[in-house]
Amino acid sequence: MTGPAIRDQRAFAAGALFLAFAIFFFVTALNYPAGTAARMGPGYFPRMLAIVLAAIGLAVMVRAMRSTAERQPLRQWDWKGLAWVTGSVILFALLLFPAGLIGSLFVLIVMSSKASPEFTWKGALTNAAVLIVLCLLVFVYGLGLRLPVWPALFN
Amino acid sequence: MDLFHNLAIGFSTAAQPANLLYAFSGCLLGTLIGVLPGLGPLATIAMLLPITYALPPDAALIMLAGIYYGAQYGGSTTAIVVNLPGESSSVVTTIDGYQMAKQGRAGVALSTAAIGSFFAGCVATLALAALAGPLTATALLFGPKEFFALMILGLILASVLSSGPFIEGIGMVVLGMLLSLVGTDLNSGTQRFAFGVPQLFDGLDFVPLAMGIFGFAEIVKNLEQDDKLSLVTQKIANLFPTREDFRRMIPAVLRGTTLGTLLGVLPGGGAVLSSFASYTLEKKLSKHPEEFGKGAIEGIAGPESANNAGAQTSFIPLLTLGVPANVVMALMAGAMNIHNIQPGPEVMTKNPALFWGLIASMWVGNLMLLVLNLPLVGLWVKLLTIPYRYLFPAIMVFCSIGVYSINGGTFEIHEAAAFCVFGYVLIKLQLPAAPLLLGLVLGPAIEENFRRAMVLSRGDATVFLTSPLSASLLAAAAVAIILITLPAIRARREEALQE
Repeated sequence: MTGPAIRDQRAFAAGALFLAFAIFFFVTALNYPAGTAARMGPGYFPRMLAIVLAAIGLAVMVRAMRSTAERQPLRQWDWKGLAWVTGSVILFALLLFPAGLIGSLFVLIVMSSKASPEFTWKGALTNAAVLIVLCLLVFVYGLGLRLPVWPALFN
Repeated sequence: MDLFHNLAIGFSTAAQPANLLYAFSGCLLGTLIGVLPGLGPLATIAMLLPITYALPPDAALIMLAGIYYGAQYGGSTTAIVVNLPGESSSVVTTIDGYQMAKQGRAGVALSTAAIGSFFAGCVATLALAALAGPLTATALLFGPKEFFALMILGLILASVLSSGPFIEGIGMVVLGMLLSLVGTDLNSGTQRFAFGVPQLFDGLDFVPLAMGIFGFAEIVKNLEQDDKLSLVTQKIANLFPTREDFRRMIPAVLRGTTLGTLLGVLPGGGAVLSSFASYTLEKKLSKHPEEFGKGAIEGIAGPESANNAGAQTSFIPLLTLGVPANVVMALMAGAMNIHNIQPGPEVMTKNPALFWGLIASMWVGNLMLLVLNLPLVGLWVKLLTIPYRYLFPAIMVFCSIGVYSINGGTFEIHEAAAFCVFGYVLIKLQLPAAPLLLGLVLGPAIEENFRRAMVLSRGDATVFLTSPLSASLLAAAAVAIILITLPAIRARREEALQE
């Protein structure tokens, strides 16, 4: 798996991430006037930082390719866990107003529970019931946060 | 004397029944959340921050300080009882604390941590009160170039002290600063990096960012590891240390407190550095170094005192200079901004009741932890028996509702989801997230001071080196960089910071 040129794949990827962000910010900052050193425009400081970040990114990438660099492969990624967790948060945001707090919390709890290798329907549903009641008591009645409790249809 | 007069103002604020109640509920909630596995003070504060939005500023800060201490104490509890550090500053506590728990002395270990923390908290409160005046006076002499240099020094030191290679820490700081530029440029009114999204005109909020990275992404990581907690199941009886325990812990507490008080003030310092340094010191000085790692009481008393003292004195740079020394302080700075308080020298002069009230309430908070947590230890331990598969959806629910309540809109929830993915990438690439958050919080102030200094010097960048104060601050930063690149020191740092 390990390529001959890049010994430290972790560091190389980290450097590449820095470089990618640097290019993104630099190119976007070109839309803003830079001004002069004495009268800086909104584009001056971002360009300066982006150049520094690009230099750091390149340095990290070069270090990762040196023959003395520690051999480090990229770690295993758990896309499934990430997708369940992130997906449930996004769905919660999308459903909060149309479906209300109770419905969206139900989706958030059951769906995120799927991320656990020890998922059971019974456990997840019980957990959802307990947490929804707790949230209503604490956030809606206790702290009085303005949350839509019921689906938009009922209002 | 001035000091006592000021403390009297502070205690009259802190001792108002309502504020006592906020300090109490802060400590209680902080411990409750801090005890949960995988949630350090940072995530705890970020999660509970929305609760304080509706409060008046002084009550909100008092409650947040309570949450901070509670979360720290909660971290120590899990370190001792289940060998699981709630955060990096209690990593050392697991070494001897868990061993003591296995020997049936969990109660003694917990009360040692509580007593040490309380004593350290008292000393650090006094140090904070005594140093605040002179440091604030110094800060008032600072102009834009000095502030710029000071913040650069702080960021460099923070990267030096974060885990992983130094250059990657600096990279994260710069990336954080770039992210902080999103939003309206105050000088020209230009929308930068907002791409026409109105919610971004005010900039990236740090709460969704912190929740995404330290809350959600952390959960994905914990689910992967899937290791079972090794709970000490016997009942925690006998909280009281013996006479022999006291004889051994008192000198350790004194040394830990001194060390923590001093190291906490350093930019980039704080609780983590203090506790590691204290453990090393105790082991060096001990007549029985072989007992360390097998349940030596000094190994808890020293670091726990040190991390509490450091946690407290790390408020000093924030409150007097406006420079947060570590990520938790960066979050406090953000919280102060939400309540329209600009952290820095003006807080003390313009709002003395709030400033001294906060300091006094730190002491009150420590006292509450002492009386609150020891009797409740049994309850905290019970919480830990809840399996993670039920806990993490609860954490997600609280984080999501917390993020929603910032503005009462769903945009911030999407933001947190995006930062969850980003945080997961950082975890996989082993990039430290703490420097990113520091850069994000300090970025706007650095740009502002840089631009002002350059206007004053008519575009001459050498001004940072010709003013003695800013030159010496930048020189200190340069020395830190040179030291860290020396091979011998690098090796020792890696040893000390490895997790």
